[in-house]
Amino acid sequence: MKYAFSFLAVIALVLIAGFGSQIPGMQYLFGVVVPYLAIMLFVGGFVYRVMQWAKSPVPFSIPTTCGQGASLDFIKQDKLDCPTKTSEVAARMFLEIFLFRSLFRNTTSELHNGPKITYESSKWLWLFGLLFHYSFLVIVIRHMRLFIDPIPFWLSAIEGVDSMLQIGAPTLYLSSVTLLGGLLLLFGRRLVNRHVRYISLNNDYFPLVLIFAIGLTGILMRYFLRTDIDIINIKNLAMGLVTFSPVIGAKIGAIFYIHLFLVSTLLAYFPFSKLMHMGGVFMSPTRNMANNSRAKRHINPWNDPEIKPHSYAGYEDEFREFMVDAGIPVEKELSAAKDEA
Amino acid sequence: MAVPKLEQLSKSVVQGPSLATGAIPTKDWMDVEAVFKPGNYAYPAKVEKVEYLNSQKGLHFPNAREWNPEDDDWKLPEDWKDIILKGLKDRLDKFRSLKIFMDCCVRCGACADKCHFFLGTGDPKNMPVLRAELLRSVYRNDFTIGGKILGKMAGGREMTVGVLKEWFMYSYQCTECRRCSVFCPYGIDTAEVTMMLRELLHLVGVGINWILEPASNSNRTGNHMGLQPHTFKDNVDFLADDIENLTGVKINHSFNRKGAEVLFITPSADVFAEPGLYTAMGYLLLFEHIGLDYTWSTYASEGGNFGLFTNNELMKKLNGKMYAEAKRLGVKYIIGGECGHMWRVVHQYMDTMNGPADFLEVPKSSITGTTFNNAASTKMVHISEFTADLIKNGKLKLDKSRNAHVKATFHDSCNTARAMGLMDEPRYILDHVVDNWVEMPENTIREQTFCCGSGTGLNTDEIMELRMRSGLPRANAVKHVIDKHDVNTLSCVCAIDRATLTSLMNYWNPGCNVCGVSELVGNALVMDGENRQELDEGLRTLV
Repeated sequence: MKYAFSFLAVIALVLIAGFGSQIPGMQYLFGVVVPYLAIMLFVGGFVYRVMQWAKSPVPFSIPTTCGQGASLDFIKQDKLDCPTKTSEVAARMFLEIFLFRSLFRNTTSELHNGPKITYESSKWLWLFGLLFHYSFLVIVIRHMRLFIDPIPFWLSAIEGVDSMLQIGAPTLYLSSVTLLGGLLLLFGRRLVNRHVRYISLNNDYFPLVLIFAIGLTGILMRYFLRTDIDIINIKNLAMGLVTFSPVIGAKIGAIFYIHLFLVSTLLAYFPFSKLMHMGGVFMSPTRNMANNSRAKRHINPWNDPEIKPHSYAGYEDEFREFMVDAGIPVEKELSAAKDEA
Repeated sequence: MAVPKLEQLSKSVVQGPSLATGAIPTKDWMDVEAVFKPGNYAYPAKVEKVEYLNSQKGLHFPNAREWNPEDDDWKLPEDWKDIILKGLKDRLDKFRSLKIFMDCCVRCGACADKCHFFLGTGDPKNMPVLRAELLRSVYRNDFTIGGKILGKMAGGREMTVGVLKEWFMYSYQCTECRRCSVFCPYGIDTAEVTMMLRELLHLVGVGINWILEPASNSNRTGNHMGLQPHTFKDNVDFLADDIENLTGVKINHSFNRKGAEVLFITPSADVFAEPGLYTAMGYLLLFEHIGLDYTWSTYASEGGNFGLFTNNELMKKLNGKMYAEAKRLGVKYIIGGECGHMWRVVHQYMDTMNGPADFLEVPKSSITGTTFNNAASTKMVHISEFTADLIKNGKLKLDKSRNAHVKATFHDSCNTARAMGLMDEPRYILDHVVDNWVEMPENTIREQTFCCGSGTGLNTDEIMELRMRSGLPRANAVKHVIDKHDVNTLSCVCAIDRATLTSLMNYWNPGCNVCGVSELVGNALVMDGENRQELDEGLRTLV
């Protein structure tokens, strides 16, 4: 019941913000101090983690080759899956990061009587993952309208596309639906898929529940509890936060503080969790290196020149008689070696 | 250990309660202990082998002792925990891959059923993600803020003797084949994790004999088999005699000859036992056919490198002989025989560890004039690249009908496929030396190829049941083409494969031969001045 803990934790966070923000004078804490702290933790933590990774060298060239390498002229190289040039590596990384290409390959295996093992393409995880990540991205971009004034054209354009179905008023954003849908599917997969269920930790359920709660409070605010909040005051607060002159206006409802507190929690939690895969995916040596280690020497900064092979001289000393008997050429003839000894 | 009968194991794999067959364990994995019993572990390294390695300059193999995995007390050093944690810290500082792989996994489970050990055993800890979690849980506990504060709540776990035993069990149920890494959205490579686990275990004297004995042999005698120079020469001479008997062609070969153009290095298993012997005969015939000016070496008489399966220091030390010998003999470049893990080392590690090889020349085939630019720095060419180039340039007289007895399929070695990208060269050769060959199903070849199940020094007999289980996905794919296309030969470019796939075929698919691609080349070559007998089974024909 590891996921139960995540629900409890998120409920606790909701209660803290819901009640806390209603205590007179605490709005500044929840509206200004906590978000600033969270941002600082996020940026500082993210940079720290990336620097920590970067501090460790990549001693060996270890790309995972997923296609034919560059070889003879008449052997066709798979430039995407076995890149040798930087541009090819960049293309491989682009597809990995933006289209989750490795997940696209996913298969599921089944054992049948015989025994017989079958493999079938399985793209669910790829689909759920894409759905969630791109919805999240669109939502983050949409929220930029709170921090920019006037609203740039491109932002309105994205909103326009996101609400193109023109359902309800205010119009429904597709990304709101797909985010929650993606999260539910990913969460459901963790419960239903027996492999994943067995390996899942609190650390895996918590972010899903947290982001779901963030999405849910956001949707409540936009579509259902609009009268409880004052969007003008929220925009003022947001603009104040980015210009370092935050002002708390009256009449920002508890639901907003809950939403903001959950987002702050996510930001603060991010660098210390598996969510850092966002940074790590760029730095994974098996994907971001060119497969050219025979053509171009890769340098290991801690290579120890003192580690030398058992010397030929030592080898010949041990086996000289046998070698001479067998007619294998030697550096020192038997007599010379004896004289030395 | 007796291996279960085929019917028993066939049933057990499919119907036995395991995570692979649908049974979900009731206990959390952290609460399941590793239990050692005869047949599920490889024998610990002999005292004298560990002592010998530890005495070698630059190597560290402490705590040589008699110990038994089945005993409660593994006779670890008193401060074993400090050694392990410090060792882990050192490695986090030395390998970015380790840090990234510890931090980035989201446990999406894409790797879960990609592992041949998991498919064959159904043991949850053989899911690559969980194998890595064995280490990751300790890493979280001692090296991350979340784990330090929240402990088990954040997936942390204290380092205990039980955890160490678990590491031993599951780092020796991984062949570092990298199949999981192909499917991971972050490219997390369990091979890296297993390598680190094995390195850490060696720090406290936990290692297996099947790896450390060949490694110490290789250090001393130049090859894993422990063949001394005269014996190594005898073995090759014997193969040359066999060729003369079969084809009437006298082979001109030499050992440790200075001034040769090329140094040829192949796994010593090729000159030691069937079916590798026939592959070695293929090399001898090929080089004779084109009149290559080359030499064997008794000092660098091992292509393979069991150091890869222990720690990077030993890997470097063993590998160093290749360049040292090339330099001593004054050759221009090196050709390497068919071998999987050998080529992992040569392709991804050698130049970094023991280069630059500035005393060699960029490999240029004196027969075809082709320059091997892909090996411009290492100066070492794969025999399949070399052979494919010869064929392309029409330098080989080949008669496919001499392989009429062969209906082949081709097994990609994990290492050449996923750590090198050598896939189409052997296929190009097959196209030209056999009439009949077919591919296995697409999810089991090329970058998705399945390991033989016994790589990384796990090809020892005491764990035969495990090997037959982990080899099942490969064997099953072979069975598919046997049933469908009457395949009778499993060809490959790996010496460990030649040995282990033979056991695997004998068990799961009796009657299917295993051979090196170079054996098929040798079969098909039409030699000058030959006086060939009726060779119904090519080089294998008994006359």
